[in-house]
Amino acid sequence: MSIKNIPLKLTAKSLRSDQTVRWCPGCGDYAILSQVQRVMPKLGLPKEDFVVISGIGCSSRFPYYMDTYGIHSIHGRAPTLATGLAISNPDLSVWVITGDGDALSIGGNHFIHTIRRNIDLNIILFNNRVYGLTKGQYSPTSRQGHRSKSSPMGSIEQPINPIALALAANATFIARTLDSHTKHMGGVFEEAAKHKGTSLVEVYQKCIIFNANEWGDLQDSHKRDDHIIYLEDGQPMVFGKNMDKGIRMNAQYELEVVELGDEFTEADLLVHNVKSKALALMLSSMEWPNFPAALGVIHSREAQTYTEGLELQIADAQARKGVGNLQSLYADADTWEI
Amino acid sequence: MSDKYIVKELDSVVIRFAGDSGDGMQLTGTQFTNTTAVFGNDISTMPDFPSEIRAPAGTLAGVSGFQVNIGSTDILTPGDEPLVLVAMNPAALKASIKDLQSGGIIIANTDAFTASNLKKAEYESNPLTDHSLDGYELHGIPLTTMNREALKDIKGLSGKDKDRCQNFFALGMTFWLFDRELDTSTEWLQVKFAKKPILAEANIKAMQTGYFFGETTEAFRHRYRVRKATLESGTYRKITGNEATAIGLVTAAEKMGKTLFYGTYPITPATDILHNLAKLRHFGVRTYQAEDEIAAMGSVVGAAFGGAFAVTGTSGPGIALKSEAMNLGLMLELPMVIVDVQRGGPSTGLPTKVEQSDLLQVMYGRNGDSPMPIIAPTTPSDCFNAAIEAARMAIRATTPVIILSDGFLGNSSEPWLLPDPDSIPPIPVTHATEPNGEDGTFLPYKRDENGARPWAVPGTKGLEHRLGGLDKSPETGNVSYVPEDHAQMTAERLGKIAKLVDIIPDQEVYGEEDGDLLVISWGGTYGAVRSAVRDEIEKGRSVSHAHIRYLNPFPANLEEVMNKYKKIMVSELNNGQLAFILRGTYGIEVESYGKVEGQPFKISEIAEHIEEALK
Ligand code: SF4
Repeated sequence: MSIKNIPLKLTAKSLRSDQTVRWCPGCGDYAILSQVQRVMPKLGLPKEDFVVISGIGCSSRFPYYMDTYGIHSIHGRAPTLATGLAISNPDLSVWVITGDGDALSIGGNHFIHTIRRNIDLNIILFNNRVYGLTKGQYSPTSRQGHRSKSSPMGSIEQPINPIALALAANATFIARTLDSHTKHMGGVFEEAAKHKGTSLVEVYQKCIIFNANEWGDLQDSHKRDDHIIYLEDGQPMVFGKNMDKGIRMNAQYELEVVELGDEFTEADLLVHNVKSKALALMLSSMEWPNFPAALGVIHSREAQTYTEGLELQIADAQARKGVGNLQSLYADADTWEI
Repeated sequence: MSDKYIVKELDSVVIRFAGDSGDGMQLTGTQFTNTTAVFGNDISTMPDFPSEIRAPAGTLAGVSGFQVNIGSTDILTPGDEPLVLVAMNPAALKASIKDLQSGGIIIANTDAFTASNLKKAEYESNPLTDHSLDGYELHGIPLTTMNREALKDIKGLSGKDKDRCQNFFALGMTFWLFDRELDTSTEWLQVKFAKKPILAEANIKAMQTGYFFGETTEAFRHRYRVRKATLESGTYRKITGNEATAIGLVTAAEKMGKTLFYGTYPITPATDILHNLAKLRHFGVRTYQAEDEIAAMGSVVGAAFGGAFAVTGTSGPGIALKSEAMNLGLMLELPMVIVDVQRGGPSTGLPTKVEQSDLLQVMYGRNGDSPMPIIAPTTPSDCFNAAIEAARMAIRATTPVIILSDGFLGNSSEPWLLPDPDSIPPIPVTHATEPNGEDGTFLPYKRDENGARPWAVPGTKGLEHRLGGLDKSPETGNVSYVPEDHAQMTAERLGKIAKLVDIIPDQEVYGEEDGDLLVISWGGTYGAVRSAVRDEIEKGRSVSHAHIRYLNPFPANLEEVMNKYKKIMVSELNNGQLAFILRGTYGIEVESYGKVEGQPFKISEIAEHIEEALK
């Protein structure tokens, strides 16, 4: 009772659990954890309404460090638990914490179907392009040729593109951010949390132990702005420290980086439109390091969530048939008296 | 008229309708059953259909059958051997003739016995004319021709549509043979085809003509009467096991004051539970068709965490996929129910046929020491009770509970005396709302006297906590690798399941309390085994029957019961799974009599084995 009477202002600190955080020093996961803890208090919900569900992997230790409700579940299945929870308890803010192996390999099926259903969840995909917890094997997002303990001669496989995959599943919100860019990350998380339906945020995350150089200059705060396009709805895709580069679509309908100057001006560049799925698909083809990293909200549109659809059906059925009654359910067949 | 035929009174009679899967035999059988049920007979039915939706017409693989046993006495099974077989084509005859009683009645549609159909059914000569059926009372009737003739004046229906009515012609004949009214089926047709009255008219006409054909033809030597059964008075309906499961789950949810979440993936023979529940949105039922079996189980764990009455339904191959998430449910110690409607295995096995071969799988088929309560319903309508009991156990021990049904129970039907919902006691659920530790902390694994842990639902202030699949410290639930912690938590998980024995009724025995032989069975074989033991007792044999409904934990007195007999025989539709568990649990000798043919036991098979065991 005492608890109910003291109005507790939710703070980042009050979201920290008493468990010692056990990621490797220098791991990108720390920054992601602290941004989530910073964003949640801004959402206007009490602490007890947050639930964090993870699968298996380094990042999936996350719920233990959050003083919210949480489940550290099984490999790849976090979206399935989150789905059951969101359906039966639509008022909660449910966060799925997953990695590239968890979401895109063992949990690939759940990843696409959760997005397709537009369940109201925030999926934070920690993409470090490697398996950390099992000590460094290549992952489904590892680049072709990636050398690891399980691919000493280089990975033969093509990587999967999570953004394109999410678009194929008709995602209603897709964004990307970078672990070392805390301010940007916080903004993206906030937008993701406010979106109704499945929000996917891909975080380029650094595994300092097994894939330290994956993000190259992106991880250098002095150099990174030459390699990042900060997507803004309605704005031309200009980037670079001096804002002297841009993205345009060429005659082959492919994206290319151009220098602004005599040959190309801002008018030649693509203008971002978060509602356009076609544009989002093109942007998904820009994968680091072949392209600068497109960060920000890639795609966002409004659509009915699964739970809204379900609640409407329930209301409709109850309006038509009345609230179910056991007696009539039992007798809903040919009956006879003896 | 009575000089034309002799009326025979029977206590019970078994009839099988068999045809091509497109011939509407399930419908015909159901219509016959409804009419006899309304008349007041006790009934038990069993459909037998191919796993292909539409196997090639006329082939053995495409035969669809429906068997019904009707009686004036207590009917416990769909019957061993039909007295009457309605065969719509050669394949149907071939597939069923081995089961027919000698001297039984065959009504065969001669129009379908063409050279090509005979070949498809792998007949070398026409059985209707080659005297191979001389031991039966054979009625070759040109059903197709007669049906066409009967419907020739109906305008606005294609020849094909008219031919589709021939099952009702056959039904009408059968109604005549058993002296049944046409009212129930007539009404049903009128409602069913309210929007297409011409179809109702054609089917009714076909049925009436079939009936009058029975009346006017001199072919039938007998007409059969089965008196009303003396059943408890009240309102009855017919119910299958899958229907009863669905209705039981909805009832349990109401009795818990919760909404039902049913997360599942379509799989034969469990899918009808989903179909039945999907219609019940007005009960607030949240059915969720997941992308796979694994996701279905995950969603159930999530929904249980959120405080719903969370249930999934599947069959053996689905259990295989669900095992990991079932184990998570066990580790998180949340209440939930898993319905396994068993089918023939291993692997894809026999999807539409019955077997009880998932017992070891649900008992032991997960990594680690992973105890889950198992309850096995005994008859189709008992699935209703099992659903409610499973919910009660799940709440009491905060655990996943397994209902071990099977394809026979799921699809068979029997009369069900409608219960009064108010007479079903509530299932009290307590959710934690206050901290239970010192200094206002919440200890998610602090147990009550039954070994259950507090069920705190997200959204409850002050009780934020983390659960996970890693093993834990007692009380706090914090991740722990301490050896003693793992030993203690393992013991606590086992202990609370074992403690359910307190609410499980003692094992009852049918027959003498001691003697030469105790027959043990479980699940859907109840009717066959009980009937066989009943018959053998009547013959003066020293045999009793213990049908075990609770497979984990076993009833407290089970060992004591078993010790009173010189010999124990376990009859089950597998190669001795319960026998294996009984030997291991109690260190006693048991004989195993298993059957794995994808078919239920026949009463006669059990009887033979009883005689054998008593020698
Ligand atoms: S292995 Fe890599 S991803 Fe895992 S905690 Fe260490 S740095 Fe982070």
